Amino acid sequence: MSPQLEIQLIAILVATSCALPGVFLILRQMAMMADAISHTILLGIVLAFFITKDLSSPFLIIGAALMGTITVFLVETINKTKLVNEDAAIGLIFPFLFSLGIILITLYAGNIHLDVDAVLLGELAFAPFNRLVINGVDIGPKSLYTMLGVLILNILYISLFFKELKLSTFDTGLAAALGFSPVFIHYSLMTLVSITAVSAFDAVGAILVLAFMVGPPATAYLITDNLTKMLILSPLFGIISALSGYWIAMYFDVTIAGAMATMVGIIFALIFIFLPDRGLIANIRRRKEQKYEFALISLLMHLINHENSPIEREEAGINTIKNHLSWDKEFTQEIIDKTLDKNYVYIKDEILKITDKGREFALSNYSYIVEQD
Amino acid sequence: MLAEIFSDYTLRIVSIGSILLGIISGTLGTYAVLRKQSLIGDMVSHAALPGIGLSFLIIGSKNTEWLLLGAFIAAWIATIIVNTIYRNSRIKYDSALGMILAVFFGFGLVLLSYIQKIPNANQAGLENFLFGQASTLLERDIILMAIIAVFTIISVILFWKEFKLLSFDSDFADIIGFSTDKLDLILTTLIVIAVVVGLQSVGVVLMSAMLIAPAVASRQWTDKLSIMIILSSTFGALSGVIGTIISSSIPKMPTGPIIVMVVTIIAFISMLFAPKRGLIWRRIKDYYNKKELGANMVLNNLYSLYKNHGEDFHPHDLDTICLHHTGIIHSKRMLKRELHKLEILGLAKEYENGNWAITQKGLDKMESIFFEDGRDIV
Repeated sequence: MSPQLEIQLIAILVATSCALPGVFLILRQMAMMADAISHTILLGIVLAFFITKDLSSPFLIIGAALMGTITVFLVETINKTKLVNEDAAIGLIFPFLFSLGIILITLYAGNIHLDVDAVLLGELAFAPFNRLVINGVDIGPKSLYTMLGVLILNILYISLFFKELKLSTFDTGLAAALGFSPVFIHYSLMTLVSITAVSAFDAVGAILVLAFMVGPPATAYLITDNLTKMLILSPLFGIISALSGYWIAMYFDVTIAGAMATMVGIIFALIFIFLPDRGLIANIRRRKEQKYEFALISLLMHLINHENSPIEREEAGINTIKNHLSWDKEFTQEIIDKTLDKNYVYIKDEILKITDKGREFALSNYSYIVEQD
Repeated sequence: MLAEIFSDYTLRIVSIGSILLGIISGTLGTYAVLRKQSLIGDMVSHAALPGIGLSFLIIGSKNTEWLLLGAFIAAWIATIIVNTIYRNSRIKYDSALGMILAVFFGFGLVLLSYIQKIPNANQAGLENFLFGQASTLLERDIILMAIIAVFTIISVILFWKEFKLLSFDSDFADIIGFSTDKLDLILTTLIVIAVVVGLQSVGVVLMSAMLIAPAVASRQWTDKLSIMIILSSTFGALSGVIGTIISSSIPKMPTGPIIVMVVTIIAFISMLFAPKRGLIWRRIKDYYNKKELGANMVLNNLYSLYKNHGEDFHPHDLDTICLHHTGIIHSKRMLKRELHKLEILGLAKEYENGNWAITQKGLDKMESIFFEDGRDIV
């Protein structure tokens, strides 16, 4: 395998392994907890390194995963005191543990070949240098196998506990009542997130793990709220971001992980803006339509109210009606033109008069306005 | 060490900078924490990174003013994007925060790696923004920080009433006619400014702690907003100075992590020891409450036994009076202690074989309690 192919394979595995637990993270509103974990695993790695003195030891992953779980535990402990809000508890714990990690690295910089930048930022380009050699045979880059293992673990966990995850995500109370332990699901999921984060972290760095965990599932959530579809779409978006990011990084000669995270954002943005029915443009267009329709009906109802009254000339005059509807001149003219086009009104002696068609339209939509209000 | 601050020029500059930073982030962090938007600081600080890179690429200057201006613009755009996502889709607020944080930071790293490859570019030092290096502060940076500190304080005083209402009851603010959207934008912009100011000394990764920890600490000591802001500024300034001094005595140590450690420890201490809210204080209060409650519950049980036995002062043994299920009287020893307390007050009386019953005085007391409450006993 060429290094290029290896890097892309690792990227695909990272994207997929992050996207799967990520779906549950965004549904359970734990995205910022994942942010916290992706920072604090640094301390776990440092502490485990002090014990094993070996940077490639699997104990580093265990130590980091443990630290992720400890982070969750500490945040919940602070939560339980009710002295601070949950978001403040997260914001208090993770900078503290992360700082401790940085300080330890700096203090023992001479003894550790652990570069803060590398841990935090990661560099996928170096991944193929670290080979897995069994019985003297080079069988590929180490992180390829690590990520494959993590992916299998994630798939196994989600398929084994799918029912429990689904239930405790959408209805914690019912899950507890039926005898599933929401606490077990919560902690096991967060441990899985920690394991995934620490394994991916080598390749893409701590903060970009978050991009892969939150971005693709959020993109999928824009499109569907069906859990199974989300679990299929999220890795797909992750893989598209990873591969396009890789080629962009190659072209501009910049950091691969950073480019992938940027692509996560761009793909989200594209779907967020252009999605038919629910996208930003569709939303704006719909709001505009609603605004016009509302104005149209308001105008017609206003005409009905003042029909044949003594002040009709003032209230429904084509030049004065804008004062009574509190609209500006252009908008009023636009709405009047629309009603004229549709034959809802006619002008007689500079007074707007409603037609039978207009009356029917206004009255049949009256309830619509009231409900909208 | 204190004398060193006044003699050493760099240390003096850095300390003044840390104090100013503490004041700015302490003040605005109070609002962020009260409005349950603590993690906005985390997003804002990470999202500032591409601004620093772009500013350097476009202007080509390493002057702090330009870099921070770029950081401010990028961070501000990020907050607008988060709000747009949150308002126009079903994506939850925290997911939007987390994603924008990581995406902007990733883009920032792309720019930094691009800058590093430009030949002859004097790019060294940009990566100091990751974890902060207070020793890079110059006198002109201090002047900029001082101006921003004054600006922050004036804004907070000008919008005192509005911000207070927005933080505690934004729905009410909306109803009585304040434009909460505009106020929210002003406050968020101020928070973005506060974060950006701290990037040089604390860095993008850890700056959020400077908003949260001082405010969390001061919240434990007071219920009053004005005092909370003053305390929080003080805690922020104090940890800034202590952190700077410690980190300056360790070679190559970035200032950010040390300041964060100090400020978080202040927050933990406050959560433990602050009067009224602190955990230790609450434990002590709980203990006294339980003690008082214990005696009352024993008396209540004696009263119930009296009622159940056809209003007869019939003594009962400890097992009958036992209150294990309440979780307050844990043991027979404790029960005995409470009974003796009641005896001293003349509310209960010990008979032979360690049996106990209520006295007339205890009866009167119980009945007066229930009479006052206007309800019958169960």
